[in-house]
Amino acid sequence: MQTGVKKRWVSLYVENDVGVLAKIAGLFSGKSYNLSSLTVGETEDPTVSRMTISLYGDDKTFEQIKKQLNRSVEVIKVLDFTDLAIHKKEILFIKLHSLRKDEIEDIFRSASVFGISVSDYDKNSLILESVKTESENEDVLKYYKKYYLTRMEAIRGGAVAIESVSKSER
Amino acid sequence: MKIKGTQLFVKALIEEGVDTLFAYPGGMAIDLFDALYGEEAFQVILPRHEQGLVHAADGYARATGKTGVCLVTSGPGATNLVTGIATANYDSVPLVCFTGQVPTNLIGNDAFQEVDIVGICRSICKYAVTVRRREDLGRIIKEAFYIARTGKPGPVLVDFPKDIQLALGSDEYPKEVNIRGYKPSTGVHMGQLRKAADMLTAAKRPLFLLGGGVNISGGGEAMTRLAERLNIPVITTIMGKGSLPTDHPLYIGNMGMHGNVAANTAVSECDVLFSIGTRFNDRITGKISEFAKNAKIVHIDIDAASISRNIVVDVPIVADAKEAIEKLSEIIGEPKNTAEWVARLQSLKSEKPIRMQTEGRMNPQDIIEAVNAHFPEAIVTTDVGQNQMWTSQFLQLRGRSKLLTSGGLGTMGYGLPAAIGAKLGRPDMAVVSISGDGGFQMNEQELATAVNEELPIVICILNNSYLGNVRQWQEMFFGGRYSCTCLKKRKSCARWCSSPAASCPPYIPDFVKLAQSYGIEGIRVTDRDQIGAALERAKQNTKAPTLIEFIIDRELDILPMVPGGNALSDMVTEYKKEGK
Repeated sequence: MQTGVKKRWVSLYVENDVGVLAKIAGLFSGKSYNLSSLTVGETEDPTVSRMTISLYGDDKTFEQIKKQLNRSVEVIKVLDFTDLAIHKKEILFIKLHSLRKDEIEDIFRSASVFGISVSDYDKNSLILESVKTESENEDVLKYYKKYYLTRMEAIRGGAVAIESVSKSER
Repeated sequence: MKIKGTQLFVKALIEEGVDTLFAYPGGMAIDLFDALYGEEAFQVILPRHEQGLVHAADGYARATGKTGVCLVTSGPGATNLVTGIATANYDSVPLVCFTGQVPTNLIGNDAFQEVDIVGICRSICKYAVTVRRREDLGRIIKEAFYIARTGKPGPVLVDFPKDIQLALGSDEYPKEVNIRGYKPSTGVHMGQLRKAADMLTAAKRPLFLLGGGVNISGGGEAMTRLAERLNIPVITTIMGKGSLPTDHPLYIGNMGMHGNVAANTAVSECDVLFSIGTRFNDRITGKISEFAKNAKIVHIDIDAASISRNIVVDVPIVADAKEAIEKLSEIIGEPKNTAEWVARLQSLKSEKPIRMQTEGRMNPQDIIEAVNAHFPEAIVTTDVGQNQMWTSQFLQLRGRSKLLTSGGLGTMGYGLPAAIGAKLGRPDMAVVSISGDGGFQMNEQELATAVNEELPIVICILNNSYLGNVRQWQEMFFGGRYSCTCLKKRKSCARWCSSPAASCPPYIPDFVKLAQSYGIEGIRVTDRDQIGAALERAKQNTKAPTLIEFIIDRELDILPMVPGGNALSDMVTEYKKEGK
């Protein structure tokens, strides 16, 4: 059954212990679930970590994934963020080098338009920092790839997400 | 008072009520074994291989309903557990497996006999954990036993580094557990159960399908009473066999790949399939789109992840099988008259029984039926393959009888060690193991354990000198190309072979002589009329196992059969051997 394949989001509260990341990652690989991003970090309670996982899947597979996550002893709580109002952001760094003067000008201008910042700078190279949603970062990346593909390095952190307080999206 | 980790380990086992520990020593477990020396609170069993050890603990657990406990050393001791842990995991058997580990400061150094056993076992057990601090030891052991036996039971692995074993710490073993990520579901959703009950009473052709969950929960008796009151026929999976006495008039049989015609037909014809405690695995369902096509399906299971995974169901209920059956009995109304439906299935069952025809020569049906006659109440274990399927087809289970078999993982070599564990746990019961000649050789070293522990188990080997189940598939689906399935084949044979002949080399080992080398009686049975005498003879050996080798026809098949991917209604009931 391949109906309703779409992007899904889950947020997990897990024990902040050795091997828990391996357990969750292993569950996805062992059962052939398609994982697109996974971030993890400590919460306000140092014994608890929180994971934000995004994946593509149909309704049936996604239901099964949530059940499998829930039955893991190391998982404290599973939140399905797919259809909830949430804030989600991802960090993206782009390092650009061997730049001409006019290119540097273009980059500063474009960064300002895209609402991203230049976080490091030298005569002919610089680093851009973008904290946006995954799809907005997608657009940012598209622009720089178009003009600087052979002179750039990009690294993305994967998204973190948290439920909204005012119930508005993002 | 401060005590060593090893001492707290022993104290924990006593407080958990452990009466039998299956243990094999080694360098990283030697301190634990030292702590066991002189301990009278439980027996310590020394098998001959860690795989045999864990299957024995599994057989003990299945036979008694208690948790099986294993202790082995690090490295190879730990890796030898892997197959047994996976076996227990698939069949929801509660085990707690302790593995010695190199000291924490050496973990990651590729130290002698170091393996990441927690990493290896993560996907094949319910929970796996390394004890990293002495102060966590008591809590971790307490949690391990709790996790193993509650909810959907399963194996738990506790990796126990040597420095933690030796470290001094509190002598307190916790009384209670509180695991924030593990709250097994209790209770039954009454709204859902009412919906299911209404569906059942409105049905014209209702059918109960019982899986292993009914046996594990001990819900068989309540189930039998309920089926009787409602006059609803019952079919089982192999793991559910025995939840209703097999000679009960409402019991139609096992369903699935090698189920009987009546049970598989019942699935196709029923209008409500009320299933309890089954995973709907592929051996059960056949072609999914054809499975119970005319039925509304109710599914009760303790594991939410088992529901609507393979078969999408109309009424899902997450609950313990026994509790759900008892609650259902309280609320269910008057059912429709099902007499005609029951009669149809009963007549189908008697018209199309499973029957093996071998023109007067001894066959597995004769052997299993003799076991039924000579051991009316027994714990029977099997290996995997034809021996297992024939046993599941012909074995009668009544009263306290049980069938212990590796249903999910399908592990060869399970039968003998499981029988050892079963007999240790239930010395009051007759224990019979039924293996093929292939599977028996996978753990035959455990004969020594059975002899040393003076266990009068009856070991039946069905010897066709083939890995018979694979051979059957090769015959039916691969044009008789017997690739690596003949256990008689020697270097002197033709390289490739597609049928046995009178000129085949003699079989090794000679199982009768093998038995004798262990100082026990070995009996070879070649004819039907010798079976009863051999089983009676085995009963006389009250302090030692008896090995009985049954020489059966080499190319027997398990029938009926639903070939993989076929609908349950698409059964092969006869197979004509071409030119043979």
